[in-house]
Amino acid sequence: MAELLRTHPLTAWTDAFERLPDTVGITVEPFVAMVDVRLGTIGPEASAALGVDLPTAPGTWVPAGTGRAVWLGPDEWLLTSTTEAPEELEARVRAAVAGLGGSATDVSAQRIGLRLTGARVRDVLVKGCSIDLHPRVFSRGSSAQTTLGQAGVVLLALSDAGDDVVVLVRASFAGYLADWLLDAALEFTTPIS
Amino acid sequence: MQLIACPWCGPREEVEFSYGGQAHVPYPDSPAELSDEEWAHYVFFRDNPRGRFAERWNHNAGCRRWFNAIRDTSTYRFESVYRLDDPKPVTP
Repeated sequence: MAELLRTHPLTAWTDAFERLPDTVGITVEPFVAMVDVRLGTIGPEASAALGVDLPTAPGTWVPAGTGRAVWLGPDEWLLTSTTEAPEELEARVRAAVAGLGGSATDVSAQRIGLRLTGARVRDVLVKGCSIDLHPRVFSRGSSAQTTLGQAGVVLLALSDAGDDVVVLVRASFAGYLADWLLDAALEFTTPIS
Repeated sequence: MQLIACPWCGPREEVEFSYGGQAHVPYPDSPAELSDEEWAHYVFFRDNPRGRFAERWNHNAGCRRWFNAIRDTSTYRFESVYRLDDPKPVTP
């Protein structure tokens, strides 16, 4: 039987991303395991079982092991892991929250990650995103679920300078968003002659 | 574009939200005993005031949570937003 391999939806854009200058760098993040956690009440028990204090403030994320724990709603989080297989992460998280009335669902195939780095990242993002991305309010640890262009995204701030952002986007919207980002970055790539 | 203040995410653009109709419509105490006409009133009949109206909204593109809002239907101004488990604010 043929082995089913997951292909990345942005393979065709790799060359275009590599031609971008450092001020608007776009790199495709490798696949990571992602689990959507629903948990009504969180406290010391949940933190001990999961090994991470789930963020309770809206619009935040925290590092969790090799991955991240992202606030998605008052009772919903996204847990990622770069070292565990999706089914391992799902089984571990499900075992941790099942006794607390929570649930865990593998959503690894739902989103892919794009990492945007460089001094012009904020100038690119604000062309299609209405929320305030100034480092004063969108510093490391901040996250936002919003729309970028016409695509629903999760933005994660990785630096306090506003020059390092991860964009999580649904795999089926990745091609559209890649085209949109390249178009938005165009003015910062064309040399002035 | 008008901003709507999601109780969880803060002010966001109106296009991120969807409308959910009138808020505070109580589910019938004993649904089995309702007549067809009473069911129709519960399912389909809603207030349509000019002025302040308590409505349900959903933050689709953000946290995907439902919340309630008091909106003036003649000016489209949102006077307050509150979570589903909060009581309806008293308006003058």
